[in-house]
Amino acid sequence: MAIKDIPVEECMLQGNAACPGCPATMGLRLVLKALGKKTVMVIPACCTAVIESLYPHTSFDVPVMNIAFEAAAAGASGVEAALRKQGREDITVVAWAGDGGTYDIGLQALSGAFERGTNFIYICYNNQIYSNTGIQRSGATPYAAWTTTTVGGKAEFRKEMGEIVLAHHIPYAAQTCISYPEDVYAKVMKAKTIKGPKYIEILAPCPPGWRFSMDSTVEMGRLAVDCGAWAMWECENDVMTFSGKSKLLLEKKVPRKPVEDWIKHQGRFSHLFKPQRDEEKLKVIENHIDRTWERYRALYLQK
Amino acid sequence: MKKYAVVTSISYPKKGAMGKTGSWRVFRPTLDKAKCVKCLRCWIYCPEGSIRREPDGSISIDYEYCKGCGICAKECAVKAITMKREDEHE
Ligand SMILES: Cc1ncc(C[n+]2csc(CCOP(=O)(O)OP(=O)(O)O)c2C)c(N)n1
Ligand code: SF4
Ligand code: SF4
Ligand code: SF4
Ligand SMILES: [Mg+2]
Repeated sequence: MAIKDIPVEECMLQGNAACPGCPATMGLRLVLKALGKKTVMVIPACCTAVIESLYPHTSFDVPVMNIAFEAAAAGASGVEAALRKQGREDITVVAWAGDGGTYDIGLQALSGAFERGTNFIYICYNNQIYSNTGIQRSGATPYAAWTTTTVGGKAEFRKEMGEIVLAHHIPYAAQTCISYPEDVYAKVMKAKTIKGPKYIEILAPCPPGWRFSMDSTVEMGRLAVDCGAWAMWECENDVMTFSGKSKLLLEKKVPRKPVEDWIKHQGRFSHLFKPQRDEEKLKVIENHIDRTWERYRALYLQK
Repeated sequence: MKKYAVVTSISYPKKGAMGKTGSWRVFRPTLDKAKCVKCLRCWIYCPEGSIRREPDGSISIDYEYCKGCGICAKECAVKAITMKREDEHE
């Protein structure tokens, strides 16, 4: 799939409330290009509910149902059942939620929908914080990152949401990143053709939340993948395949970039460099990534 | 059985639901058509959908809603887009 083959049609309208350089709108453009107009979205409280903009107008050119923070997957289950009853199985139902709405408060509704086999796509855009409410920590916030609720840097490691999803053994689960539009597009297109629950998580570097300049959203995603802080993969019927650069890292065909190359651009990690370098914490981050990839290799590398 | 009408707030799609966001811009992306190799990276990355694909395969920039983030300029491998202060461009 070349960029030129991605459809021109836009269902995300210009002139919305997103910050300049927003990764969520970047992702939404791609997702809606892949799914087209025959899509119903369910969106809980998160930045995207704000990006919809002011009543009585919306920046979404597909139907969207807004729902409580914890209820995206439950709401999508209801919409899917109603459409099925009406014989409208040509319509794709998508829940689109943030990391807070997925890793934390929406987790049980999500697990329930997966276990019931609901025919929908759940997409988590992961900006590693509760950004809509002003940058609080979530279960997706990485170790040592500053947020307004982790002022000295987060003390815990992030959870591996993707692997929690894998434990449900749904037909399709994937991780990708907004910096790789062909990968995002291809994964959404594949999910669209599969019946049953599908999960896609998109890493979404957020300029105000991570404290980097608004022209660097794409670069921050690329560096996260290069240094192994984020992995791109897909798992279809329990067959796991790593994608793009992550595949090369898994197979040790390219060296992993030092994590410093990624975090040095982000104000949320600036306390690791000023007033002096916190060698100890930098080492903890690096070692954790190494251990994570050794675990990935033991579990997922095809021999 | 008594039927209740469902009452809820419904918004309808509109370009510029938050107004002319082009007014947010401090820096303006300016395209040098001679340098552009039509790779469409700027088009796919622009968070606003403010890069237009023209029928001849070239691109142009729609300034009405472009928020001036500079991603197009940063991601253009041949530097065909440069960011200029709004008050300084020609
Ligand atoms: C039950 C409940 N608790 C808290 C809130 C306030 N709230 C709205 S959005 C949000 C954060 C959302 O974070 P995330 O899901 O990561 O999306 P993001 O804002 O980062 O896009 C919070 C805490 C709420 N709406 N409902
Ligand atoms: S805070 Fe981040 S995710 Fe939210 S609208 Fe702004 S750039 Fe987008
Ligand atoms: S990224 Fe640069 S070369 Fe590619 S289409 Fe845009 S302006 Fe042209
Ligand atoms: S400056 Fe940002 S919003 Fe404007 S055209 Fe470039 S990428 Fe799009
Ligand atoms: Mg978030």
